[in-house]
Amino acid sequence: MGEMAKLAENSREPRHAMVDRQVSAAEVEWQKTVLKPALDRSPERQQGFTTTSGVPIERLYTPADLADFDYERDLGDPGEFPYTRGIHPTMYRGKLWTMRQFSGFGTPEDTNQRLNYLLSQGQTGLSIAFDLPTLMGYDGDHPLAEGEVGKCGVAVSSLADMETLLRGLPLERVSVSMTINSPAAILWAMYLVAAEKSGADWKKLSGTLQNDILKEYIAQKEYIFPPAPSMRLVVESIVFAARETPRWNPISISGYHIREAGATAVQELAFTLRDGIEYAEWLLRAGLAVDEFAPRLSFFFNSHNDLFEEAAKFRAARKVWAQVMRDRFGAKDPRSWRCRFHAQTAGCSLTAQQPYNNVVRTAIQALAAVLGGAQSLHTNSLDEAWSLPTEEAATLALRTQQVLAHESGLAETADPLAGSYLVEKLTLETERACYEYFEKIDAMGGMVAAIEKGFPQREIHEAAYSYQRAIERKEKIIVGVNDFVADEERPIETLAIDEGAAAAQKRKLHELRERRDGARVQTALEALASAAASTQNLMPYILNCVRSYATLGEMCGVLRNVFGTYEEPAFR
Amino acid sequence: MMDRPIRVLVAKPGLDGHDRGAKIVARALRDAGMEVIYTGLRQTPEQIVRAAVEEDVDAIGISILSGAHNTILPRISALLREQGMEDVLLVVGGIIPGEDIPRLKEGGVAEIFQPGVSTSIIVEFIRAHVRSHAPAPESGH
Repeated sequence: MGEMAKLAENSREPRHAMVDRQVSAAEVEWQKTVLKPALDRSPERQQGFTTTSGVPIERLYTPADLADFDYERDLGDPGEFPYTRGIHPTMYRGKLWTMRQFSGFGTPEDTNQRLNYLLSQGQTGLSIAFDLPTLMGYDGDHPLAEGEVGKCGVAVSSLADMETLLRGLPLERVSVSMTINSPAAILWAMYLVAAEKSGADWKKLSGTLQNDILKEYIAQKEYIFPPAPSMRLVVESIVFAARETPRWNPISISGYHIREAGATAVQELAFTLRDGIEYAEWLLRAGLAVDEFAPRLSFFFNSHNDLFEEAAKFRAARKVWAQVMRDRFGAKDPRSWRCRFHAQTAGCSLTAQQPYNNVVRTAIQALAAVLGGAQSLHTNSLDEAWSLPTEEAATLALRTQQVLAHESGLAETADPLAGSYLVEKLTLETERACYEYFEKIDAMGGMVAAIEKGFPQREIHEAAYSYQRAIERKEKIIVGVNDFVADEERPIETLAIDEGAAAAQKRKLHELRERRDGARVQTALEALASAAASTQNLMPYILNCVRSYATLGEMCGVLRNVFGTYEEPAFR
Repeated sequence: MMDRPIRVLVAKPGLDGHDRGAKIVARALRDAGMEVIYTGLRQTPEQIVRAAVEEDVDAIGISILSGAHNTILPRISALLREQGMEDVLLVVGGIIPGEDIPRLKEGGVAEIFQPGVSTSIIVEFIRAHVRSHAPAPESGH
């Protein structure tokens, strides 16, 4: 059995038998008189065909594949339950998706300049990438930060850095997304205080905090604390947001990183939505009503190469989430039923070989996201298998979205793929496979328990390995990598991160520690420590620390002492 | 020495947690009959070299995607020299800009595998270059 078929089998064990395909007399006749002679003359290119994720794809889809299909139940009109056709009645005719390019590198000054540049080029939302020390809760002058400051994103160690990062940005008008997880509550507090100091009203701020710790344990592995205190931080920031920042999305439940780690499309969807269920259960236990928090839950998916598989995944995401919210949680507010999501093209699909091919891949992936009804989109740059993108490459990635939006006709009607026998069938199959995973994870006692057993981690590793083997056996072709290989590769220009960023950040931290009121910092950190040991909401204490110019590393140090740290067990 | 399987330490230094590549390579090396020790995430150069000494490995495979390679790799090479372990094969996979490669190779990295490389190429390279494939000297133990 080929690797892709094996992959398909892993991800699609049927829960209950599919309805038999009722082939029409006309189709039987076509098979006999048209198809068979054609196959006799020239057989197909290969024995069977599968999607990128290994799902079998048939030669032909007809009404017989949708015998069970019901327009009202399975699709509904756009803006109506179950939102398969989109969350807005007019979709992109009313408002185009937000073009939100993720960026961040070097010092806060460097990134502030890039953010202002992107706005000047017609980008409509901002998205900030932080460097690894920041993601892991270390200041730029910590020994473990050496060599990493400003490399994968911007270095932010204190309120002072955040103020520099946001200088001159119209925070009441432009929505800002921040990719930060373990220390999300702290970076968000820095954002809120910096915004307030610039004169912005918290009630008018719009943006998104990624704040999704479960997918860190599952896939990206940027965790600091054990699962229970990490979930507490997430819950408390969502509770705070529900009261204080009505237009802010305090979490972006993310499949992106799960997919990048090697998951199939179905695994990405199922694990992400099951994470959403887990957060909802914890929030209910914290005393919120479902309709108080559910309207502000947002999602983030990957858009990979396989156009129809991806479009079906996005459509199924909306349908399943609407059903989960209404039927599993009893949400009454339609806003709670709507799965609003950001999409990013698949970084793992980019090749170092023949990098200009990546422009084409990214365009197809962006097309899938728009056909799938995304609310916002990031398109990757052609040079990202080599380094962070140059300004030129990042601009081309933005232009790709602008061409799709304004020249392709894609945005002129809602859910253009609806009614395609193939896409409707794939949407139904994705939905069914997603519920199968829910059943397994529910039986394990929920997602935190499943993570502690290593279940999603193992499923993803198996899929990643099967995919790698399929590529090495040429069951899947990657242009420029395992076929159509160039005799000679022409090097491209890449972005070099100035090593000066680390020195600059060290100097600024040193000056900050000299300048600030040390006693005030100490009092604020002690108050945080005692609150962490109690059951109080930590957000006010974190805000207090931030206002005193306590650093990220100092606050995380306090929380590490109280909560402990997490290391992944070796799963066999 | 000639009879035992090739022993490889697969390590992820730095703060990055993206371990898809490290785990796939570890499994491919295992499937090819090698003994693989995977360090887990966020190992310092000191921890990696200590593990290499303790496990008496023939090769070290470093996965690094975060851009910290110019800091981390020279330190691992230097520590290996300090330990008299220059004969341990040091290979690297990850996101490494082309202009950094010559300097890293001069510093003691035997090979750098870019994204998209087949695991069979990594297996073959390690087989062809580890010390256990050179004639084993007589030794007292």
